Amino acid sequence: MASAVDLHVKSPDDIVSSMSPHLYGIQRVRKETEDTFTLELQEKSGQHKLSFAPGQFNMVYVFGVGEVPISISGDPASPVLVHTTRAVGTVTRVMSKLRRGDMLGIRGPFGTAWPVAEARGHDVVIVAGGIGLAPLRPSLYEVLSHREDFGKVVLLYGTRTPSDILFREELEQWRARFDLEVHVTVDRADSGWRGNVGVVTTLIHKAPFDPQRTVAMVCGPEVMMRFAALELVKRGVSAGAISLSMERNMKCGIGLCGHCQFGPFFVCKDGPVFRYSRIKDLLTKWEI
Amino acid sequence: METLERILAEHQFFKDLAEPYLQLATGCASNIRFEPDQFIFREGEEADQFYLIRQGRVALQIFAPDRGAITIETLTEGDILGWSWLIPPYNWHFDARALEVTRAIALDGKCLRRKCEEDHNLGYELLKRFAHIIEQRLESTRLQILDIYGVRS
Repeated sequence: MASAVDLHVKSPDDIVSSMSPHLYGIQRVRKETEDTFTLELQEKSGQHKLSFAPGQFNMVYVFGVGEVPISISGDPASPVLVHTTRAVGTVTRVMSKLRRGDMLGIRGPFGTAWPVAEARGHDVVIVAGGIGLAPLRPSLYEVLSHREDFGKVVLLYGTRTPSDILFREELEQWRARFDLEVHVTVDRADSGWRGNVGVVTTLIHKAPFDPQRTVAMVCGPEVMMRFAALELVKRGVSAGAISLSMERNMKCGIGLCGHCQFGPFFVCKDGPVFRYSRIKDLLTKWEI
Repeated sequence: METLERILAEHQFFKDLAEPYLQLATGCASNIRFEPDQFIFREGEEADQFYLIRQGRVALQIFAPDRGAITIETLTEGDILGWSWLIPPYNWHFDARALEVTRAIALDGKCLRRKCEEDHNLGYELLKRFAHIIEQRLESTRLQILDIYGVRS
């Protein structure tokens, strides 16, 4: 359980540093879908070298409006900081209207990472639902940049309709690779869609991977993650080899404020990436 | 050479089915191929077969006058298509259309239904297997109607 001991690990300087945003300028805005957009950001002073691990998030501050946690969706090897999010609340709606040259405050990176290093020598199964593909994209970049270190790599992606598909061009490029298996499905479609229709969990039982030597990374709505994890376990993947990315109301990013408490954990500090074996009993509790 | 009996025996649906029953199912089976956009069956038609998809993709669709054909679900290699042959009044409730060249094994539902009436052990065995498929499809459909992707920010 997160305790006072954990808080004492950080020095006052560390805490101040973690709570102070760095100025980033928007280099490019890309509209991904009707309500989803990607921002490419560059630090202004040149003083802050942001390196992150796939799965981590930043607190992104729209000046005068507020601060929200957004996972990093870009390539860890790139100097450009990339965030993809959906315009759903006060802050992200304003953020969606920002343009090249506008400024944002960035604190981070925070939180735990996808177990990419641990997946070396194993098959990798990435299961993404909706905008859950964004936090998983950095892990796929990292796997693909060291492709020979991994076994089979499978991306299973589900979304609401064909027009909600994120990173469409990149998905096509990934699909064209012989060393990457990509399957996309949508929940609803008209007759113009020639691909799969059905929830993403239906793709798991047919996906080509060896469950005994697989590391699975799952991100999407919590209900989808629960059922995806159950399907993976049914296939024979151990609960300890499955990681999920949780979402709660993160504020401070360093486990101080308690807003993102999830049972005995703080999602901002102990997560967002958790082993399924660690949290599966919490996922079905209404009171948490 | 791949015989129909061997293909059926290796399929998850028929796995561990007693040999006489497997032979009986093989006797009711035939290879079939559908071209892209070809209807496999239409809503309201008599349901007298079911299909084991070997290759390709099939869309289960329903037609709405104001929206056209709406795809509810797609089925691919290894999936079983159709259970209305087993449940009165034995009519299809949806359209099934091949989205690409689709190869399948068609099983004569009328023939199997008669055999199930004659031999309830066979009937129970097939019902258990179909109940499993129906349970999986029901679970998927429940998740689909939750529209879960609309809520995560």
